[in-house]
Amino acid sequence: MSDSSIRLELVQLGCERDDRMLFSGLSLTARAGEIWQITGANGAGKTTLLRILVGLHGFFEGERRWWQPQWQQDLLYLGHQPGVREELNPLENLRYACALNHQVGDPMAALAAVGLRGFEDVPAAHLSAGQKRRVALARLWLERKAVWVLDEPYTAIDQDGVAQLDAQMQQAAEAGSLVIYTSHHRVGDGVQRLHLENGRAEVLS
Amino acid sequence: MNAFRAALGRELLVLWRSPAEIINPLFFFVMVISLFPLAISPKPELLATVAPGVLWVAALLAVMLSLDGLFRRDQESGVLDMLLTAPVMPVVPVLAKLLAHWLLTGLPLVLISPLLGHMLQLPDAALGTVMLSLLLGTPALTIVGAIGAALTVGLNRGGILLAVLVLPLYIPVLIFGAGAVSAAAGGANVDGILAILGALLALTISLGPLAVSAGLKISSGN
Repeated sequence: MSDSSIRLELVQLGCERDDRMLFSGLSLTARAGEIWQITGANGAGKTTLLRILVGLHGFFEGERRWWQPQWQQDLLYLGHQPGVREELNPLENLRYACALNHQVGDPMAALAAVGLRGFEDVPAAHLSAGQKRRVALARLWLERKAVWVLDEPYTAIDQDGVAQLDAQMQQAAEAGSLVIYTSHHRVGDGVQRLHLENGRAEVLS
Repeated sequence: MNAFRAALGRELLVLWRSPAEIINPLFFFVMVISLFPLAISPKPELLATVAPGVLWVAALLAVMLSLDGLFRRDQESGVLDMLLTAPVMPVVPVLAKLLAHWLLTGLPLVLISPLLGHMLQLPDAALGTVMLSLLLGTPALTIVGAIGAALTVGLNRGGILLAVLVLPLYIPVLIFGAGAVSAAAGGANVDGILAILGALLALTISLGPLAVSAGLKISSGN
């Protein structure tokens, strides 16, 4: 890694699942300040690719190199499920996520930023799907991490929320984060795109 | 350490807000034991003979039944993925979870056991041993069972598989636990047997959480 702006390098990455090649020969270099959108049909392997990136899925060929050995210290991963327990209220859910991830910041302000002011102590069981997603997304409004890996962050989010999330992702990229997300929604211009289709992975920009 | 405290508080809160998870094992334990005198015969000497085994088998099954859902809701809600990608070692939140689970499901069994022992006509001198043996044995059962729960969390109907995986590993704890109570009822010295139970507990506490973390990683696809 000679170039210090490089955050992630994939070399000839391939993954097979249920005797089906999801993708193979995937090589790319992602740098600080870039936004990568991963697209593909349902079942094309977008979630699996993200799980490989964050180390949740270990069965792949090729190489995945993060920029530093302790990359998990500076990673923010939001998975397919929002990671919100219904027994806890949004504030308790967020505090637990922060404690586990060593993320500092004001949880109340973050919840207010995602439009959950007044819902801080409502049990998450009483929240809508979009509101639960917003509890998870509130972490994007706390201390900024160097890499964001977001799996379908726009699921169940309303129009205003989508615009707000776009702005937050662009702002993070401008401040020097690498943002990788899966969705059919395009954040804005200048977004790198990785398309998965029929076992092939193509970089379009 | 901060992460451990936050995780412990969170686990206690989650369990406290789903009271069925706390009451079910306790209810099971009390019901099974109170049905025995009705089914066998209420003769004091007969009950006192079977009491150690009945108490321990009921406690073992109560603990095992409470473990099936230990990680399932965390997995379904995506919390497990967050836990495995976090910069803290997974063993920290796992240990917090096991401790919280034992405090709210295992400890009540220990506390009510002298009453049930008395009902089964155990001599009063043996009731202390009943409590002590369960105090040493139930945490070991919780930890060993959690290994099975971690390995079966990805399966939809993991209950039976959990029992098949875990029951053989429970047998040493059962033998020494029930053995300690029998020996105490017979008036013998039980220090040695309790020491073995303590050793089993030390072994499971030191290695069990690591095995649970590894099981969770395997279930997630590593």
